[in-house]
Amino acid sequence: MLIIQKSEGRAGVKPPLNKRFNRIWQYRHLYLMLIAPLAYYLIFCYWPMYGLQIGFKKYGINTGILGSPWVGFKYFEEYLGEAYFWKVVRNTFLLNIYSLIFSFPMPIILALLLNEVRSSFYKKLVQSISYLPHFMSTVVVCGFVINFLANSGPVNAVLDKLLGHKVQFLMEARYFRTIYIVSGIWQNIGWNSIIYFAAISGVDGQLYEAAIMDGAGRFRQVWHITIPAIMPTVTIMLILAIGGLLNVGYEKIILLYNGSTYETADVISSYVYRKGILGADYSYSTAVGVFQSVIGMIFIWSANKFSSLVGENSLW
Amino acid sequence: MMKLKVKNSSGLTRIGEGKGSKVFDVFNVILMFLFLLVTLYPFWYAIIISLSDGKAVMANRVSIVPIDMTFATYKVVLRDPSIVTGFRNTIIYTVVGTLINLAASSLCAYPLSRSQLPGRGIIMKLIVFTMFFSGGMIPTYLVVNSLGIIDSIWAIVLPGAISTYNMIVMRTFFMGIPESLHEAACLDGASEVQILVRVVLPLSKAILATMLLFYGVGHWNSYMNALLYLNKKDLFPLQSILRNMVVDGQLSEAQTQVGGGSSFQVVETTMKYAVIVVSTLPIVLIYPFVQKYFVKGVMIGSVKG
Repeated sequence: MLIIQKSEGRAGVKPPLNKRFNRIWQYRHLYLMLIAPLAYYLIFCYWPMYGLQIGFKKYGINTGILGSPWVGFKYFEEYLGEAYFWKVVRNTFLLNIYSLIFSFPMPIILALLLNEVRSSFYKKLVQSISYLPHFMSTVVVCGFVINFLANSGPVNAVLDKLLGHKVQFLMEARYFRTIYIVSGIWQNIGWNSIIYFAAISGVDGQLYEAAIMDGAGRFRQVWHITIPAIMPTVTIMLILAIGGLLNVGYEKIILLYNGSTYETADVISSYVYRKGILGADYSYSTAVGVFQSVIGMIFIWSANKFSSLVGENSLW
Repeated sequence: MMKLKVKNSSGLTRIGEGKGSKVFDVFNVILMFLFLLVTLYPFWYAIIISLSDGKAVMANRVSIVPIDMTFATYKVVLRDPSIVTGFRNTIIYTVVGTLINLAASSLCAYPLSRSQLPGRGIIMKLIVFTMFFSGGMIPTYLVVNSLGIIDSIWAIVLPGAISTYNMIVMRTFFMGIPESLHEAACLDGASEVQILVRVVLPLSKAILATMLLFYGVGHWNSYMNALLYLNKKDLFPLQSILRNMVVDGQLSEAQTQVGGGSSFQVVETTMKYAVIVVSTLPIVLIYPFVQKYFVKGVMIGSVKG
């Protein structure tokens, strides 16, 4: 049908009124294609942004967004004054900081070590297998974590033999961050190293030859050639990670936490989920969400600005 | 430490083939082997537990190979009506969802890849803005709610119909197709729709395959939309069933232990792992064949995302 329209358009339809319209008319098929995608963005991205105003209103399902009365910053004052809210913010930051310290360097180390493996078959094998956990669902990864660390699980069986007692890993708040970070490394170390592999494989082989001629050993070659070669990538990835400092997805958190580990495990998004979806406290949780959205946007935006200043590869 | 090693290797021979270097090689190969073990062991463990007899599992005797191998657990799992329904739902959501993803992303990426399109800049800005800022969970939930699609397949496949990141990767790819091909097609009287379907998409098989896999795996693994928007049990995807059995089962395991029903718990542990195996098997099976497309996708995205 579209095709028929088009051929008519070329030949028979009257010339449009002015040049501007003419130009737009010329591309009408492209605009037609954009209708569905733009509807998607309008409905599922911009409408929720419009809905953010319920954070400033006393929202009721029956009164709707427009009919609910304004209450100003009531909910903001409420949660900003709560000690628990700040604990949640702190948890969010800490989880990210720890993953910056412990998870971030891991893929780089893996890429550097694997690059030194001489057998290319072995190298490829390790590489391919290392991506696999990335494609497991969060539920499966958390299923492994929970069942491995359970009272009757293999980890406790070993501990029982070695130490003579078991540890309730998932019931104690102090273990939560370690569990979260370590399982995250297990799942993503391989996948996140792809980009570093690419940077390494882009290095001109002549550089290494020249270095060998100059008498550089393998470790010097890594230090003076490979590492400088991946530094721009590392910088970009680091900036990106800092940009997401206030974002911890609740997907994994709500699978791993429980009442006894909220102390360290509860993050902003899981708090919003509990208050909003489970507790149906829409206005309050939206107000908390606004905090995360706004601060998060500032972080990501500045990170992107910064990365385009640092290197030529801006993120978008 | 670095310096020490350097001295060690270059002190012995000139080109870094000294003793230190060889020691490092051995160490490295072993380290990478350990890394493989750690990566694969959980999967292997799930397989051997699910194939073992409950009594051996109870006694913690299973750690390297299955003991008293049996398929009994799988028979129970594959007959469980909630798992069968979950499987069916997941397949439907994955197929429908991925088709919508691909269609919507191509329809979005193609026009925006045409440099002459008036208004392209502003549309692009509006779209990229959604990567920085979003309404968040609750307002989105309320939108889905007021659309009346809660408890239907549409709540699963429509929110997230376009991943902006993937769309931009596609657009980047489309922009790499030479302008002369467009001109040639235009001269032959092709419309933009024809150009997209007959010229651009056939040239973009690599990126389409990559997107198909990214979106497909995403749907297969997703449980958040189901958690937020589905209440009816018979609509649950496999991941929700898995969550109820494997993750929340934790509590019931503790309870059954207190209750002393030991024979029940045996079945439960082997069952949990069998469900994990069944739900990940499709991905693990196709993985070796499609792995290179995933990597390609990351590479295309990282050149200029």
